[in-house]
Amino acid sequence: MVYLLIFISAIFVNNVVLSQFLGICPFLGVSKKIDTALGMGAAVTFVMALATLLTYLLQMLLNRFGLGFLQTIVFILVIAALVQMIEIVLKKISPALYQALGVFLPLITTNCCILGVAIIVATPEMLANKLPGGADPSLWTGLWYAVCTAIGFALALVLFAGIREQLSMNKVPKAMEGTPIALLTAGLLAMAFMGFSGVVG
Amino acid sequence: MNKALKTLTNGILRENPTFALVLGMCPTLATTTSAINGMSMGLATTAVLICSNIVISLLKNLIPDKVRIPAFIVVIASFVTMVQLLVQAYLPAVYDALGLFIPLIVVNCIVLGRAEAFAAKNNVGLSALDGIGMGLGFTLALTILGAIRELLGTGKIFDFAVFPENYGMLVFVLAPGAFIALAYVMALVNKLKK
Repeated sequence: MVYLLIFISAIFVNNVVLSQFLGICPFLGVSKKIDTALGMGAAVTFVMALATLLTYLLQMLLNRFGLGFLQTIVFILVIAALVQMIEIVLKKISPALYQALGVFLPLITTNCCILGVAIIVATPEMLANKLPGGADPSLWTGLWYAVCTAIGFALALVLFAGIREQLSMNKVPKAMEGTPIALLTAGLLAMAFMGFSGVVG
Repeated sequence: MNKALKTLTNGILRENPTFALVLGMCPTLATTTSAINGMSMGLATTAVLICSNIVISLLKNLIPDKVRIPAFIVVIASFVTMVQLLVQAYLPAVYDALGLFIPLIVVNCIVLGRAEAFAAKNNVGLSALDGIGMGLGFTLALTILGAIRELLGTGKIFDFAVFPENYGMLVFVLAPGAFIALAYVMALVNKLKK
């Protein structure tokens, strides 16, 4: 039951892009077509799950030696190395998957939702804040939260790409072209997602 | 002298990181719930930007070209950690308001972008000025956006009441308001540029 609540809360109620503002750059950058949006969403989900698991274990190691303050430096390096490694491994093991996700992988290192979620999950007080009531912060709830957050990211990205495909056929006032109209669309989408607030206590 | 002045003003107006380059959108949208929050975030980023620009420009001949990006990230992450610890120690209220977005300065594209595009190619003095200019441009953008959202949402600017709070539109303090306010400010900037 707790896992179902986390699922709904992370995807709809507290959507990572539309209500927490993490990962806005890829949200605005790679959302012109539904296909690329799907690819990016899948790549983020994959990296997010692995990165969260790795950084959670690393944080336990850092805490044991009293080096908690090194969190930011260690996490960003680990994520950068992980992304690089996934790219190499995928290229060797599954060229088809590499074809689909390859171009998005280098972009993920500077995607703030990966580092953001890794920090949230590795810090029990922050995780307790993000989980719906009654869920204890642990490795499993944290990992599940990370996966659901990534699915929420993919959902927002695909919805937004669908809207933008339609939008590109319409005439837009000159000053609003490009980023402003995209932001306005995102604002309306965020307003729609606000309708979910209160679903999970 | 002329070049120095040009470098300094470049970031504030012509290449404003938020309105012209559209970089660093996450903190721009997330931390501008009030003018003071936007300004704190801008100043924290400015501090990191100046320090990382200076150090990277000093180290540019020592860092091999192939590993420059990881090296830049380590330098930036070190300064972010310092800023984070300093803010936590001396400005706990700001630390609580900005929360997660202080460590996330590491992945702010402006900082790495300036390191790569400017500090790695220019001398220390100019890099420091570029850091100050870009940082102030970012701070200015965040403060303006924060002030607009605070005014429309709660009727205050910097906690100074302009009109009664019950006429405020709360949506501007919430998530959708961030997108909508930034969209209109950007459209206005585009219009004025012509």
